[in-house]
This record gives sequence, C-alpha cells and structure tokens, in this order.
Amino acid sequence: MKKLLSGNEALALGAYHAGIAVASAYPGTPSTEILEAIAQFDDVYAEWSTNEKVAMELGLGAAYAGVRTLVSMKQVGLNVAADPFMAASTTGINGGLVVVCAGDPEIHSSQNEQDSRHYARLAKVPMLEPSDSQEAYDLMACAFDISEEFDTPVLVYTTTRLSHSKSLVEVNRSRVAPAKQPGFISDIEKYVMLPVYARLRHPLVEERMVKLATYTETFPYNQILWGDRKLGIVTSGVAYQYAREVFPTASFLKLGMTYPLPRNLLHQFAEQVDRLVVIEELDPFLEENIQAMGIKVTGKEFIPRVGELNASIVEEAGRQAGLLDKTSEGQKTDVAQGLPRRPPLLCPGCPHAGIFFVLSTMGQRSKLLDDRGKAQEESKLIITGDIGCYTLATYPPLRALDTTACMGASIGQALGMEKAGVSSKIVAVIGDSTFLHSGITGLVDAVYNQAQITIIILDNGTTAMTGHQDHPGTGISAQGKKTKAVELERLVRGIGVGDVKVVDAFNVKALRTAVRSSVGNPELSVIIVRGTCSVLLRARSGPRVVDAEKCDRCGVCLKIGCPAIQSENGQPCIDAALCAGDACTICEQLCPKKAIGPLSGIASKESK
Amino acid sequence: MKKQDLLMVGVGGQGIILASDILGEVALAAGYDVKKTDTLGMAQRGGSVVSHVRMASQVWSPLIKEGEVDILLVFEKLEAARWSYFLRPGGLAIVNNHAIPPLSVSLGAYRYPSDKEVEDILKRRTGRVYFTAGTSKAGELGDIRTLNMFMLGCVSSFLPVGIDIWKDCISQRLPSKILQINITAFNQGREETSNVNLR
Repeated sequence: MKKLLSGNEALALGAYHAGIAVASAYPGTPSTEILEAIAQFDDVYAEWSTNEKVAMELGLGAAYAGVRTLVSMKQVGLNVAADPFMAASTTGINGGLVVVCAGDPEIHSSQNEQDSRHYARLAKVPMLEPSDSQEAYDLMACAFDISEEFDTPVLVYTTTRLSHSKSLVEVNRSRVAPAKQPGFISDIEKYVMLPVYARLRHPLVEERMVKLATYTETFPYNQILWGDRKLGIVTSGVAYQYAREVFPTASFLKLGMTYPLPRNLLHQFAEQVDRLVVIEELDPFLEENIQAMGIKVTGKEFIPRVGELNASIVEEAGRQAGLLDKTSEGQKTDVAQGLPRRPPLLCPGCPHAGIFFVLSTMGQRSKLLDDRGKAQEESKLIITGDIGCYTLATYPPLRALDTTACMGASIGQALGMEKAGVSSKIVAVIGDSTFLHSGITGLVDAVYNQAQITIIILDNGTTAMTGHQDHPGTGISAQGKKTKAVELERLVRGIGVGDVKVVDAFNVKALRTAVRSSVGNPELSVIIVRGTCSVLLRARSGPRVVDAEKCDRCGVCLKIGCPAIQSENGQPCIDAALCAGDACTICEQLCPKKAIGPLSGIASKESK
Repeated sequence: MKKQDLLMVGVGGQGIILASDILGEVALAAGYDVKKTDTLGMAQRGGSVVSHVRMASQVWSPLIKEGEVDILLVFEKLEAARWSYFLRPGGLAIVNNHAIPPLSVSLGAYRYPSDKEVEDILKRRTGRVYFTAGTSKAGELGDIRTLNMFMLGCVSSFLPVGIDIWKDCISQRLPSKILQINITAFNQGREETSNVNLR
C-alpha cells in the first residue's frame, strides 16, 4: 500500500521496521519529527535527550548493549555531538547505530548553512543520502545492516526539503524482531579508548574504509540511469529531483551512498559520457572527492554554493554552463516590489514580550540603532542572546538582542564581554530548554570565575520554537509519561548563584523591578521569568480593546511588537481573535492613558 | 494524466498545512504521483506560509518552478501579490479577499497594498482571478478556522477528482467533533466556484 509520508516520517518508519529498540534526539528543525514519529511506537524506547551530545552518548551505550539504535539531530546538532560521534567511529558498535543528520540549506531555521556531509569524511563513517521518502524508508534498512556488517556508526544525511516534503512510499516491510537480546560483554580493547587501545582501533577504522570502498561499488542505491551520453550528471539527495526535472534526457549516476564513493563506478560513468557534472547542494563535497580520483568534473563553477537549490536555479545554472539551449529562456519572473515583509513574530500573549519590552526600553536601545540594526555607540545595556523563539526579539520594534551564535552561547559571551572590560551592564537571555541543553556549564563557569553579569532564563515550560517538545524542566517524557522534573531555581541555586529571582512573565512592573535590582547588583544574578507559552494556552478569555476616546495615540502599545495590536490610520486597535486577553494584559499595563482594558470594563466605564 | 501544480499561500495559523496535506491525500487517492512540501521558516505563528502540492503521472522536484503554478490558492491577499510570480501565464488564482496586515504595516514602515494594486499585480500574470470572501463566510458558519476547508472547496471545482474522494480524505483527517462544520465549509466553497467561468 502506498502512503504519503514526509521524509522524516519515512526515516522513522524505516528505522522502526529495521527493529530499533532505542531512539534519542534533541529537537531541531528540520529533524524534530523523526523522534516525534518514533515516540508513537510503544515497543521502542524514545527520549528527548538534554542535548545532542547526550543523545549520541546514549545511542552509543545502547548500541554497545547490542540493540539497534537511532540518534537524530539537525546539522548543528552534530557539532554538539561531534565528540561522541568520533568516539563511536573509533570504537565501532555492537547493535546497529544510525545517526540521522538533517541539514538546512537556505537557513530556513538555523544559525548557519554548514554542509555536515563533511563529518562522514572526518569521522570515517559511511554516509547514505536518500532523495525522496521512499528511499528514506528503504535506506534506513540498509543503514542498520551496514552498521552491523562493518562495525561502524552510519550517517544518514537529509535536508529540510527532503525531511519536510511528502512523497509516496510503498511500505513493503514490517518490523523485524531484534536479532540480539540486550546485553553488554566487556571488551576493553574495543570500548575503552585509552591511548594504548585507541591506537589499536585506528588501523581497524582504516581497514573498514577499504572494505566499505569495495562495498559501495555494488551498493544497489548507487545506480547509473543511462540516457543521452552527451551529458552525465552525478548527484544525490533532493538535488537529484531538481536535476532530473531540468535534464530529463541526460544520463545519471545517482548516489545513495555518498561516502565512501564508488571509484570504479565513477570512472566507468565518466568514461562513457561526453561531459560530466556534479549537481549538489552547498559545498562541492562530491565534486572535490571525485576530482581527487583524477576524474575531470565540474559543478560549483555554475551551481551555487549558497542556499537551497530548486529546479529554476538548476535550470538557470544549466543555461550558464551551456548545458541547456540559451534560447530556451525560462518564464520571465516579475516579482512584485516594495511589498510589506512578513517576518515571523513573537505570538500574541508571548511570555517573552514583557521582559523584552523592559530590556529594550531600559537600555534605550532602539534609539541607538539605525535601520540596519547598527549602533554608533555602546548601549548602556548589552544583551547577549541565544537560540529559540526569543531570538525574534531582535526584530523591530523590540531590537532587544545584540548576539546570537549557538545553543547556550549567551552566557559565555556575556562573561567574555565582562572579562574584556566593557563598561556597560551585560545581560544574557536564554530559554529554559536551551539553558538545560547547554547553558548549565556556562553558568558554572560564571559562578566559578566570579562573573558580575545577569542571566535571564526565559521559562515558558516548553521547547517552543521546534513545535513544543517537552524537556527535563517539564517533567513529561517524549512518550508522554510523567517523570521527574528538573527545577530551574534549585538547579541555579545549587550551582552557587546567590541572587536568584523568579518573576511572573506577565507582570511588567515586577519585571522592571527585578531587572533593575539584578543589573544593579555587582554580583552574578539570575532572573527566571516564568510564563506559559501562549500557543499552549487552552482557553482564551477577555480580549483587550482600545478605548479610542482615551487613547492619545502615543504608540507605546505598538512597541511591544504584539501581532494582535494593529494600527489603522494611526489609531491602535486590537484584533480580538488574536488577543490572548486575561492571560497576558501586557499592553493594558503599559498604556499610560489607561485606554486599554477588557471589553466589559471599558463598556461599564463608558456607561457611568 | 494532466499535471496540476498548486501553490497555497497565506499566513501562519490559517490552516494551510492541514489543507495541503489533505490535498496531497486527495491526489494520492485519485491515482496521481504526488509531492507536497511547505516552506515555513521560523514561523510558528504570523509568518508567511507557502505550500507546494504537485500532482502528475510522475513528479520529480517537490518545489514548483517559478512561473509554472497552475493554481494559486491564496488565503491572505497581500500574499497573493507576493507569490503571483509563481503563476504560469494564464494560470488560475483563487484569492480569499482578506487582509492580515503585517507588523511592519502597523509600525508605519510599509503600506498595505490596495485591492486594486493586488489585482493589478495578479493580472500581470493572468486574467483568471477569482476573489472570494472566505474569511467572512467561515465566520458566518461559526468558526473562522473552517477557512481552509472552504478554500479547498473552492479549488475542488477546478480539479478532476470526484467529490467522494474529497470527503473521504477530509473525514480521515479531521476529528469527528468538528467534521460536520468543515464539510459544510467545503461544500460552500465548492458550490461558490462550481458555476464560475474561468476557463
């Protein structure tokens, strides 16, 4: 039976049918839905790990114990997990270990556009790249077989477009029973990487690569699809789909295993076509590895290195490269100019809005910044930021973040600025899930090295940005079971922070008082700003309205950046369908003319 | 099997992803090869949402090429102007005549285009433009969240797929509690466009 599955759903189902017993992940776009899909199966242990490094280490332990294990993460997640990933390559496994890494060409929802395929080469592990959901499903079975046959973790590389597009899958397998019972047999030379034993492992890793290089020559998903031999295209992943659409008559060498590459197959293909090109997203990973085999090939000469590909881009590149008739000009596109942009926003009722309004106005920050977000002088309040919904507070009107680098970086960055000797006050803002992911060690460093910064933990009780996954602070597991919650305030105090405040995210006065007090404290301080993510609010009541007679159009309410507050010819008004009402009331608290209130309140005052 | 490339555009929270999922299931049930993909970016709420649905005897790229969209299904009219360049010349645009001004408009940095401007931008690509008051009609039904099924109803008149397949796929996807109102919205949309001459 054919099913319409996303790449992520197909990867999950493929792994499930391959008999996995354990799956771990930290949420990250575009990989999140893999673990979400696996968590639906009762006969798999699936967890949200604290971060990708822990997820990988857990995967390593489970694989050592003999069971098939899947670890999934986004492209930058593999940076976090790189240390245990390298270790996994060195020790090898016992039960199959497959690592899914989901790249994000175009930076739809990431902080960079790195091509994580390089990790396969760095770690000397085989890499598989599906090009649609069917292959995502099929290759997962191959991945576990390869892992066990060659005693290696296997990297499965996907991208946003593959993970987040649905295509038809013939589901032709059912779940295989685990081949081994869980159990760990001590093997010091294999599992204890003291230098003396690690030295024994390295030659085995090199031998493994030699064997894999032979294996990949006949791997069934490395296929030649003969067409017109004037043009031969080497491609993999979703780039194959674009290439196939633009060059329907060309010959293809479509690679399902992109590391190591099939040397003989590539030579054979190259010799039989007049012109050989590689079409791949981001870096010339295939291209340079093929060139290193002494094969003449081009690709990045005309295929962009930056951004996501699509058929239009490949077509235009093909025209530039003389692969397509120049006269076959594509559709002339006339993009409408000057339309209002619609960037993503903090939601109505967002528990981050109040604290960022306070920070933004206290530092007089928005006044210092020009249209491009550049200031001429140092602001009185420097705000280092982190990864999550709250990064959106960078946009106007809040303009409340100065940095965002990677998960957990806000604390170390704030510390670095302080130690560098800047004269301004420094605040680090970090979400609850991000703090647990990689903020804790930064806080330990801040305590140990006597930092004087203020750290604000934005605790909305969820991992909101990636679609509201639970985390150690919520006390609910990935499979929906009640578990033990990590209490942030006890954790922070336990590390040794003396000045710890917990403040209601929807009380502007309390937020302002807390920030003033903490920033004024010459010692390290932590403020936990607590309020439920508005998307998780079950019921909404009491939408606010603006009393146009009292309103003097000062525009303060518009500076919150709330999507429910709009302006019609300069008159602020609130969209009742969007307003979070009683759960929020930030605008009501801020209005200097007391012109905002619940509909009933304003109506009754009017009637007096 | 004639190919149909549909682009569904609007704003986060309007139910476009669910609608395009259902459309994908409809295409599968009708025997097409199908691919569908969404470009969401960081938009949990409030950002632009674009969903590509491609149905044909064989589909390669999940993304539709610029200038090759057969049907542009628009949930918010500014987004009609923004994505009109994806339409093939002479393609069909069905536009929910409803404005959700972005914050940049409320802050005074930009002006929301007039209806005339939106229409002119669309007319540069095609004469086949149909405006509908979808949001109002969904509101009259008692729940504006039925807009997505109303819009699917509108587009269903232009696709060679039987009504039973549509209703089956909608029933499979929606909880029974809200099914009836959504089927009603679908029927209204379908009825509204069934006699519109946009050939």
